[in-house]
Amino acid sequence: MSKAAEIDIASVTKTYGTTTAVHAISLKIPAGTYCCLLGPSGCGKTSTLRMIAGHESITSGDVRLGNTVVTDLPPAKRGTAMMFQSYALFPHLDLVDNVAFSLKMKGVDKDVRRAKAMDLLRLMQMEGYATRRPAQLSGGQQQRVALARALITDPEALLLDEPLSALDPFLKIRMRAELKKLQTSLGITFVHVTHSQEEAMALADIIVIMNDGRIEQAAHPRVVFEKPATAFVAKFMGNHNVISGRVTKSAGQELMLSVPAGADFLAVGDNGELTDQADIAIRTDHVRIGQPSETGLGFTGSITNIEYRGSSVKLSVNGAGIEDFTAILSDTDFFANPVKVGEAIPLCWGREDAIVLGRLKH
Amino acid sequence: MATITSADAVKPEMPKARSFRIPLGLVSYLQATPLTLILGFFLALPILMIVIVSFWDYDFAQMYPDFLTMNYVETLGSWVTWKTYLNTLKFAAIVWAITLFVGFWVAYFLAFHIRTSAMQMVLFLVCTVPFLTSNIIRMISWIPVLGRNGLINSALVSAGIVPEPIQWLLYSDFAVVLAMVHLYTLFMVTPIFNTLMRIDKSLVEAARDAGATSFQILTNVIIPLAKPGMAIGTIFVVTLVMADFSTVQVMSGGQSASVALMMKNQMSLLQYPAAAANAVVLLVLVLLMVAGILRIVDIRKEL
Repeated sequence: MSKAAEIDIASVTKTYGTTTAVHAISLKIPAGTYCCLLGPSGCGKTSTLRMIAGHESITSGDVRLGNTVVTDLPPAKRGTAMMFQSYALFPHLDLVDNVAFSLKMKGVDKDVRRAKAMDLLRLMQMEGYATRRPAQLSGGQQQRVALARALITDPEALLLDEPLSALDPFLKIRMRAELKKLQTSLGITFVHVTHSQEEAMALADIIVIMNDGRIEQAAHPRVVFEKPATAFVAKFMGNHNVISGRVTKSAGQELMLSVPAGADFLAVGDNGELTDQADIAIRTDHVRIGQPSETGLGFTGSITNIEYRGSSVKLSVNGAGIEDFTAILSDTDFFANPVKVGEAIPLCWGREDAIVLGRLKH
Repeated sequence: MATITSADAVKPEMPKARSFRIPLGLVSYLQATPLTLILGFFLALPILMIVIVSFWDYDFAQMYPDFLTMNYVETLGSWVTWKTYLNTLKFAAIVWAITLFVGFWVAYFLAFHIRTSAMQMVLFLVCTVPFLTSNIIRMISWIPVLGRNGLINSALVSAGIVPEPIQWLLYSDFAVVLAMVHLYTLFMVTPIFNTLMRIDKSLVEAARDAGATSFQILTNVIIPLAKPGMAIGTIFVVTLVMADFSTVQVMSGGQSASVALMMKNQMSLLQYPAAAANAVVLLVLVLLMVAGILRIVDIRKEL
């Protein structure tokens, strides 16, 4: 339907008065990918999206879309279309006029623009509601209309600001699948802002994790999940235990970490730039109950909490200088050899499950 | 367990409890009674009395209960009445157009150009400051400004712009319209400001995203969404102007007439039934105008 464009963000900064919302971030989003900007609220992800869209001025740096630098262009001249968090449908217009709005602004004839709008409503399976007002629609239907309105300009990139946050959980999952399908069939670049890890994992080709106005990691979901770049990413994605400590021994790819008033831990990874302090991450779902095969790949602690989650059981363990260490066991493993709160148990993991985390140079 | 307890313990008590209880149907009527009484005594009853009196007979000293259509025939058959109504409608139309224009832009400035809500409230309160004095005082304070030897005329004459004072500044239709605009603009600002404040700012961004220019945003998004507020303001201004007599009397110096002023004169001549008939005609006219406005604009979502 349309050509996709690569989005290139080159050391873009946004300051509001004395506070800096976005610190000179650089990011390349290849053409036709589904990119999710993920992070806690206030991390600068929405500001970044709005700067790409042109609704926020760029303090310094440049945004390039395809071959054009769009930094100083108005939103409608950029080839992007934005879908707003609350959908921002015009309450006084029916669906056809809502979808045809941008064509009306361009001065396209009434019949032509209404026909085009009907085509897009048909694409979104909303043609039966064409004469309704937005207030008469459910959240999911409003979202489809907002998508139709955004797509009528044949954008090279679609920018979505928390598009699923207003929907109930079941609808969220359904609309998520529709978004992915739509992106695949249109082949254009989607940039989607979200604070839900699950949503980003399900949708994205690239996850960009932001914190405090900086990009912590930008990679394929699998890389983000298995090899988090920083302690923040590991904690935010929630599937790693992060241990911080002092480096006692460093040889080749291996590293020994000493926790204050606690045990020593072994981790593998690129430790070339490390100083004497380091963070390591251990996959929660790869932790087992048992004696470690090697020093530094386990510890003994007491169980503070057990949470049953159906297919898995979550244990919280304190010990060896570590608070609230999480181990996720499969239900079969747990019930084959059940343990109780307060019990002291040995935990262990494999050499490949402990990785060294980097630190952002601020 | 709860059902068993209630069946065992409460049942014997029921007749006693019921004797103190007012039937449910009556409760809602009782709740509506105070407002019904107030509206009945102070609105419905006076209107009913005016309607009844409008059919009575009268002479220079007394009214006689009767059922005559003479008052209406005289009112509607007189050329003076028609001229007065037309004059009042002319004032209403001019004042409406000016207050709508000024009111919309004041409200627009307050709603979209003042960034902080604290400043918005301060400026809005500044708009209401004139209401701390009475209408009459605000009206009369125009006289030293507009009068023959007033501020404007003496400034113009001493600056040599005009050779002698301009006559039409005071005691003219211009003065009436000016005073009415001054008195009633805020009634337009308030409801429009209210609707503009409710417009989701992301709608403006969505319009800009769709390539709309500032003017297109104004005509395609903001004005259509401000219509209910404009309608409410219009109802305020039109009813106030239609019923006005003091502004017309003071500012026109008795040279212009309005329907309410005509009624006041009739009452001072003790022609109460004639004034009552006039009042009924005016009431019907104003109600028709309000109905017309409500037909065009749906204001329910504002209430």
